[in-house]
This record gives sequence, structure tokens and C-alpha cells, in this order.
Amino acid sequence: MPQVTLTVNGKQHTVEVENRTLLVELLREKLGLTGTHVGCDTSQCGACVVHVDGVSAKSCTMLALQADGTSVLTIEGLAAADGALHPMQEMFREHHALQCGFCTPGMVMSAIDLVNSHPQGLTEKQIREGLEGNLCRCTGYHNIVKAIAAAWPLMHGRAAAAE
Amino acid sequence: MYDFAYQKPSSLADAVKALSADPEAKALAGGMTLIPVLKQRLNKPTVVVDLAKLGLVGVSVSGNTVTISGMTTHGAVAGDAGLKGKIPSLTELASHIGDEAVRHRGTIGGSLANNDPAADYPAAALALGATIKTDRRSIKADDFFQGMFATALEQGELITAVEFPAPEKGAYEKFRNPASRYAIVGVYVAKTAGRVRVAVTGAGQNGVFRHTAMEQALSANFAPDAIAGIATPPDGMNSDIHASAEYRAHLVGVMAKRAVARAY
Amino acid sequence: MPFEGIGASVRRKEDARFLSGRGNYTDDINRPGQLHAFIRRSDRPHARINSIDTTAAAKAPGVVAVYTGADMAADNVGGLPCGWQIHNKDGSPMAEPPHPVIAVGKVRHVGDPVAVVIADTKQAAKDAAELIVIDYQDLPAAASLRDAVASGAALVHDDVPGNICYDWHIGDKAMIDAAFAGAAKVVKLDLTNNRLIPNAMEPRAAVGEFDGHSGDYTLYTTSQNPHVIRLLMGAFVLHIPENKLRVVAPDVGGGFGSKIYHYAEEAIVTWAAGKLRRPVKWTAERNESFMSDAHGRDHDSTAEMALDANGNFLALRISTLANMGGYLSTFAPCIPTYLYATLLAGVYKTPLIYCEVKAVFTNTVPVDAYRGAGRPEATFLLERLVDACAHDTGMDRVAIRRQNFIAADAFPYQTPVALQYDSGNYQATLDGCLKAADYAGFEGRRAAAAARGKLRGIGVSTYIEACGIAPSAVVGSLGARAGLYEVANIKVHPTGSVTVYTGTHSHGQGHETTLAQLVCEQLGVPIEQVDVVHGDTAKIPFGMGTYGSRSLAVGGTAMVKAMDKIIAKGKKIAAHLMEASVDDIEFKDNKFTVAGTDKVKSLTDISLAAYVPHNYPIDELEPGLDETAFYDPKNFTFPGGCHIAEVEIDRDTGIVEVVNFVAVDDVGRVINPMIVEGQVQGGVAQGIGQALLEHAVYDSSGQLLSGSMMDYTMPRADDLPNITVATETTLCTHNPLGVKGCGEVGAIGSPPAIINALVDALKAYGVRHIEMPATPQKLWSIIQGGAPRMAAE
Repeated sequence: MPQVTLTVNGKQHTVEVENRTLLVELLREKLGLTGTHVGCDTSQCGACVVHVDGVSAKSCTMLALQADGTSVLTIEGLAAADGALHPMQEMFREHHALQCGFCTPGMVMSAIDLVNSHPQGLTEKQIREGLEGNLCRCTGYHNIVKAIAAAWPLMHGRAAAAE
Repeated sequence: MYDFAYQKPSSLADAVKALSADPEAKALAGGMTLIPVLKQRLNKPTVVVDLAKLGLVGVSVSGNTVTISGMTTHGAVAGDAGLKGKIPSLTELASHIGDEAVRHRGTIGGSLANNDPAADYPAAALALGATIKTDRRSIKADDFFQGMFATALEQGELITAVEFPAPEKGAYEKFRNPASRYAIVGVYVAKTAGRVRVAVTGAGQNGVFRHTAMEQALSANFAPDAIAGIATPPDGMNSDIHASAEYRAHLVGVMAKRAVARAY
Repeated sequence: MPFEGIGASVRRKEDARFLSGRGNYTDDINRPGQLHAFIRRSDRPHARINSIDTTAAAKAPGVVAVYTGADMAADNVGGLPCGWQIHNKDGSPMAEPPHPVIAVGKVRHVGDPVAVVIADTKQAAKDAAELIVIDYQDLPAAASLRDAVASGAALVHDDVPGNICYDWHIGDKAMIDAAFAGAAKVVKLDLTNNRLIPNAMEPRAAVGEFDGHSGDYTLYTTSQNPHVIRLLMGAFVLHIPENKLRVVAPDVGGGFGSKIYHYAEEAIVTWAAGKLRRPVKWTAERNESFMSDAHGRDHDSTAEMALDANGNFLALRISTLANMGGYLSTFAPCIPTYLYATLLAGVYKTPLIYCEVKAVFTNTVPVDAYRGAGRPEATFLLERLVDACAHDTGMDRVAIRRQNFIAADAFPYQTPVALQYDSGNYQATLDGCLKAADYAGFEGRRAAAAARGKLRGIGVSTYIEACGIAPSAVVGSLGARAGLYEVANIKVHPTGSVTVYTGTHSHGQGHETTLAQLVCEQLGVPIEQVDVVHGDTAKIPFGMGTYGSRSLAVGGTAMVKAMDKIIAKGKKIAAHLMEASVDDIEFKDNKFTVAGTDKVKSLTDISLAAYVPHNYPIDELEPGLDETAFYDPKNFTFPGGCHIAEVEIDRDTGIVEVVNFVAVDDVGRVINPMIVEGQVQGGVAQGIGQALLEHAVYDSSGQLLSGSMMDYTMPRADDLPNITVATETTLCTHNPLGVKGCGEVGAIGSPPAIINALVDALKAYGVRHIEMPATPQKLWSIIQGGAPRMAAE
């Protein structure tokens, strides 16, 4: 069986897979990282979004073999070692940006990438458009948008008032 | 998906060889189309040849020509400052393909080789008069697209780069499928010295096409009003649960006018 | 201690788990020795099964077993039961054809299970499923309501003539017809309530397990109501007694109704686990969700309002065709009857109402409750009809509503369609919404939009719903085959912390927080010392689950009743410890005191004494502080309110932007305002989805054209506006919390607000009604087709 060697949440793993194994299957079934979810089979919903080498990727639309040699960050790897939540996780909680929680891991990973890639600032419109690849059926997105806007200054190390 | 053999060659020659040897082999670029197709078991390749190790990444600007290597992602195209200085309408187009995560993996070569009738890049390539560079030759965009999912590429032939001449101005306007967010109608208008090209994606049953009536009118007068009276016949337009042929034909005119008005 | 009781926007206790990937959804559960099931489904809308050859599949690598409907029948497996029986106009019971777990003889919709392969891996099961050879004889299909009731239509069930499941009515037709005959004005509207696919983000999944030594079965499933599944599957399908069947619904990723029902796959994995003595897991792919989760809505109706010369509503007459799909889903028959027709009074004092409903079998996926369930259909019909009344009479849309409202002092109000509203104030929610939406300033915004080339419109919807489901005796008399009470068990532990075991189920609603707040309020225990447990029949005494916005009104009340018992017992213990009369003991803020003295015992003192009864009235009182209450509600609850939508239409493309949306709802007492706001926003998003984007489309042969998220439009962040939510409160009079329910109001009130706004925006084009979803193409066609009656602005 083919092998994949990759770093997940800072820890290196070598895993036997089938050629057809998807990255999300590797994460969920081989590594037991079930925080990354599968919500569709047509790459629409984004519940499976993780970071591959620092940027968002749909782990259901990527072969495990394509991830060979990469560094993957999943929702389980976001919080600090002492358990302190990432500012995006904090803001999702503060602004009630999740209900059933199923889309949340992918939504949070996409949101972090969105904030990372917009160091100059993020408008509400940019946030809404930036969430094009993530579906939520519970919240109506209103509070997700608020949470991401609130996380931006925290992640870029600026007080909200300075904006 | 069905299982398959997998290769990840480190040279272009090896990749071409692997793909040429087996008619059932499939090239894997970003995988944003291929993997969903495989997941739905709509395709059963014997071998998947992953092009990720071939390099073929990057954007270079030389004079009035921009060259984008085949494995450059949509995200990299969208964010390339040099390209934005030359063909801002192209970086903008790339910034609206799929979603953020898709743009991190999907590639220009993969998109053009697939020639999805609702994809965005074919409109850019055709309107800008791009040249598609392969492992063995150069193909003019006008000769490259040969109908829905069909191209001039031979078995095993790989796109290594795409050369775009910079226009004086251009713009791409897209009416998206509300569900898939692919183009129901996308119109790319590009004006170069004395010549205008208009390429339409999403609408036609045979994939991307040039709108010659609009091109003539716009070459004479590059203004939205110049094409206000040009009706696009619904014959040959796609029709589905989201948009009828008549509606698509109408949208071609609307998107074209908007692209002309916004060309920059 | 910060205020964490009723009215506080406490941040959710469950969030840390979900935000760090530690949720425990059904597909996250893997049991030792687990096998995987893949279901071969019908790709035919309607066909006879001549034969099924499983030989090759059974021999495929990794395959452990292949089963068909015949195997289940041979094992005496029953069909999937229907939980509600409706009677026809003539008193006879509805047609209730069998619903085999795996199809027998015929397939009746694309997605109908035909066989199941069980293998070592999911891929192996799926690979093998392709090797099953099915010889079908295709039959003509009844793909739509109109097709199914046409003469000579194909019969979905051979013994159900005309495909009519039931022909039901409510009201006195002769009296209503007479009122229409004498009316000054009759306004008529034909309208469709578009078929929807719920699409909770978590696909359904199920894991069955069997312990060969004890004979115990366990089913982990994506359910809103595990006890109901245990009851239905145990008693009717697999004949497993309750003591041998545990059903666990762990974290569930959204339901919206679609996870109420007992589905075939639950029975398949449980049964197969018993046959094979190994755990069996099934997880839906999204394409399976589209063709096997119960769909929602799908009504065709004709609505008529009789008015007097002054615009007063005299009588309402409705005729509706309601799609049941290929089989009766668990609660399907009650949706277009008792959750629809009984709501047709709305917020109006219309004195006479008649509604007849024909429920129709078609070759489509079964249809059942989806967020709002019947009430959105009633509200859309009524609020569109009221706008049409304004249109046809020339009256103002708001004025005609106000004039016909049930007065704020008219409660309790008995409607002509069986329900008695206990409280409400429709004027207040309307006024609040008009103000918040700056309705008065709209014409200025319309003109400004016109200057930008946009068509702007505003739409108002004033609605009511019935939830807090439901008084058992009432629903029993209407055909329910279950009670609809709720159960709470509250354990005050020896050191004073509390665990609540509730029969309701949270799949996004935030019960772990809201229900804990009730404990903070009533027992004065800090929220971090309160845990709420749900979703496990082995832990919770009983329960009917969560749907119909019932959890607080019914389940919360059961908690209040259980806590009343805790306090009553605590008072007896306190009286003993403080040597006082029980009548002098008062309980407040976690403390028992003796009236008129400074004697005090904390709840912890009492709970410790209850579990360590050294000094204890042991002759009169059992040890322990652990109480259970079953609560059966006295009535439905009746949230209501007003939604106002403002839209702009692009003339060239027909693209709609919802530029403003305001919801002012009366949901009774609000426990957690943050959560209520989130529930309403989510409901409104689904309502806007129904109005503008979502549509389950079958072609005339019965193939589902919108069978994936590539074609079924799920609302995205950039499709939706910010949604302003406010509340105006009248208390429910018949539960101690005064709560009504907030889970469905958003999806109920919003669709007509959107369509009313679009019709308003397009009024210059002579349009009177627009069917949902109002797609850009539909709006463009109106703009193209109807030359403006007025000159362009």
C-alpha cells in the first residue's frame, strides 16, 4: 500500500492509504481527527476545509497522496497547548456564530485564512464573499460575519478602536 | 471513487510518457474538477498522473506579454502584482473562480485542458487571444477550444504555460449559477489596438465562443450603446433549470454591455 | 455570580466542544469490528422489480453480506410505520400503503433502497453495490401533484385509487359557500408552495450494534428524537422490546425536521448488526440525502377570500393538493392538515374558514415536516392572499391587515379552525416592525433606487404559528398515534451540582445552555455546575424529542415541574434540619430560610443531607434529591409577529438583493436573547432561501434534477442580508415560563414578506403574484413580458 508522510497539527505521521483515499478520509479515519467534517460530495459545503501549507483547502477534494510532504492544520490544532482558544474560535463563541457545530470547523478554518489573507482590513462585503465556499444551514451567516469582523483586529494585533 | 494507479513524475517528459502510453490515464493538476468527477464515479482512469512535481508554476511579464505557467493556481494568478499591472481584468477573473479554497488548488492549465463549458478561463483565453503552450507546440486559443470539454490537445499533451498579450483594456462579467457558482453566462471583452474580441462562456452548447457581431460593432465604436441593438439568438444556447436559452441569450447582451462599460 | 438566569445572553456551554473539533457526531463514532453498509438505490422513478441478482456482489472483495427486501421480509421485519392517521371527509381512514424498509416488488422513487451491501470498508461496499444486477420493468411515473391526480395517472400504489392518500376537510362548506355568494368582493389566488430539500449540513448516519451475550441492541443515529425511534423501530419494524434497544442521538448537525422520522437505514444497520453480530455503519453521501431525506412543503392551492364592501374579511375558502411522495413518512399526514389548515385564521378575525386538502402519492421522495411544517404553507397562502385583497380592492396593505386583526384584548380567541389562541398582540409586533424597518420612509428609498435604475419594493407579512407541540389528548383525537408530552429528570447531586436529563434533543438550538439557565433561575445553581444531558434512551427516562418549537414550552416546563418537586422535598429536609414547620420554609437564590428568622441552609446543605441521611426525616421521606416530571401541555403556544422585507431588483438581469429584513416576533418570554436572535436569523435565512433560491425540481419522468448542491441552491453568506431581530412579548398563559417558541418563526413569517416585496417592486408591470422561488429568470420574464403601466421613472 502507498504511504503518505505529512505533518498534521505539528506532528509528523506516516500513513498507509489507498491511492483513492482522500485527505479528509486520512484525517478522520486514519488519524482519528474527526473534527474535520464531510457535508457534501461536490466540493460546495466547505465543512472539510483545513489548511494545507498555510492556506485553506477542501480536504474532500484532495487525494491523501497529494498531501504527501505537506503540513496540515485542522480545527483540532488551532487552540494553544494550554487550551486557550484561537481568537477566531473565541469570537465565534462570543458572537454566537455557530449552532449545530457541523459546518463550524471548516467555517473557522476558512475564516482564519480569510483574515490572514486580508491584512489591510476586511469589509462586510468581503467577508460575505469570502465565505462563498462554506455553507451553514443554521445561522443565516449574520453572526458568522460579525465574528470574523471581530476576530480581524485580534488576529492582526490591533485594537478594534484603531480601525 | 474507483481505485487507480498513481504516479507523480518529476519531469515533464515522464509525465507526457505516462499519459501518452495509456488512453485511460488522467492528468491531475489541481484536481478541482477531476476529483469530484472521480468521486461521483463518472470516470474510471487506470492511472492518475499527478503533475504537482513538474514545477510549471509562476507568472512572468515580458514587455506586453504575460506568461502563466500551467500549474499556477487561480489564487496565485489573482494575487500576482505584475499581472495585475498588465491585465487587471484577468486577475479579477481569477479572483472569482470557485471559492477561496478552490482557488488555492485549481490551476489555469487544468481549467483550460478541461474546457468546462461554464468555466471562466476559456473566455479569457479566447478574448485575449492567448497562446496555449504545450510540451510540444503552441496553440492559438482560436484553435484550442473545440466544443464542450473538447480541446486541440492530443493524448498525453500537457499545457505548460499560457501566454496572454495585454490588451488596452478589458473586463469580464459573469452571471453565476446560483447553486454551483459556475458561469451561466460569462462575457470577456478585450480591446487591443483597433480590434475587439468578445468571448462568451457558460451560454453556448458548444462551450466558449466568440461573439463576432459584437466584435465588429465594438471595433467600430467601443461603447455599450454600440451593441445595444445586437440580439444574440437563443439557438445553440444551453437551457437548464436555472436559465432558459432565451434568458441566457439575453444575459449575453447584458453582460457584454457591462463588460464594455467597465473595461479597464 | 454573574446573572445567568432567564433573560441573560449566556454564551453557549456547548461551543468550546464544537469549536475545537471535539463534537461527537454519529459519523465520528466507530465501534470495534465495525462493518460498513452501502445502499444500492433505485435510479428509476417507478418500476417493477423483476429480479435482483446479488451473486457477483456477494463474492466481491471485502463483502460480508448482501441483503434485499426479501431477506428482511423473511426475517419478519415490518414496514416503516406512519405516526398519524387522518380521516377522509366521509370518516373513513386514509390510505396507508406499506412502506417496506427495502423495496419489495416495486420501486416508487429515485432513491428507494433496493439492496444493501455490507463489507469491511465503505469503498468495498460501494464497489460491490455496482455489481448487483437489477432487472426493472419501468412504469409510467406520477412525478408531480398535477400529474398524479390527472385521470389515468400511473398508480404509485396499485391499491390506492387516484393516488389519493386522503381527502380531508375542515369547516362548514355550505355556510362558507353562502357567505361567498353574498360577498361584495371575492379575491382569488392560485399558488404553489415550492418543494424544498432540508439539507442539514450533517448528512444522516447510523451505526447499529448487537451484543450477542445480552441480546442488547444499540443504534447511534442522527435523530431529533431517539425515544421515538426506539418506539417505532423497536415496536413496529424490528420487534425489539425497549429494554433491549438503546438509541443514542449524539451531537446532531442540524435537523430542521428532516431528522425526526424513522428512516430505513436505521432499521437496516440495526437488523444487520444482529444478523452479522458485528457493528454496521452507514453514512449518507450528500447525493443520498437529496434522494432519501424527507423533503418539505410542495402544495398547490387555490385560495379565495370573501370581503364586505369595507374590506372586512368574511370568509376564506381553500383547496389544497399536498404531496406525500412515494410513501408516508412518519408524520407526513398531519402536516397539511392539523399543522396547516388549522392555522389559516392567521392573525385575522375571519369568521368563517373552510379548507379541503387532498394528500397525493407521487413518484418522489416522501414529504414530511420541514422547519415550520404546514405553518409556512398556511402563512404564505394567507399573507399572499391578503396582499392580493389589498391589490384588488385598492386598500393599503398595512391598513387592511390592521383592520382585520384579532384585537389585542380579544384573547383567549377561538378561531373557526379549532385552535384557541391564548395570547398575542399583533398590533404591537406590526407597529414595532414598521418602525424598525422605517416603513414610513420607504417611498423615498424607492425613488432613490429608481434613480439608480433599480426596482425597489417593500413587503409586510403578519403571521401566527402554533407550536409547543402538543396536548396529547387533543392530538390523539386528531389522529396522532403518540403522546406529545415531555419529560425531565433532574438530579441534584450530593454536593449541589445538577444534571438535567431532558427528553428534548438539541441539534443546534443550544439546549445545553438555555435549559441550564432554567436551573440557574429556579435553583440558583451557577451555570458551570449544571449539565444538560440529552439524546440517549439509556440515560433519559423518556421523551418525544425536539421539533415544532416545543423544547422550552413543553420540555422546559417539565423541568420546572421537576424542580418544583426538588424544592418541595428540599423544604421538608430543610424544615427537619432547622427544626421549623415546612410551611415556614422559603426557597430563594439557592437558599432555604425559615421565615422571620436568620436560619438558612443552602441547597448544597440539603442535597448533602438527602444523600447522607444521618440527620434526616427518614420515616417520612426517601433519601436522595432526584426528581422526574412528565408534562403534557394544556394547549399549543402561538408565537406571532411581523416580518418586513425590502428588496431591489436589477432590471436587466432580474437579480434580487434583499437590502433590508426586519423581524419583530412575539415568542413569549425570552430565556436567552442571543440564542433567540440566532434562531430567528437562521429561520429567516431558510425562508429567504425558499422565497428566492431553493427548489426541488423533478422532471416529468420523475428524475430529480436538483439532486446535488450544484443544482439545488443553498443560501450562501453573500445571498443574505443582515437580519434585524427584535421581540415584543406577550406571555404564554398556560405554561409557567410564559414561553412560546422561536425555532420556526423565521421560516414561517419570511417567505411572504419577500414575495410581497417583489410584487410591490414590480407593481408597475401589472404583476399580482410571483411563485417561489422568485428566480432572476422569473423576474426578468415579468419585466420583459409586462410593459410598465406607468412610464419608467
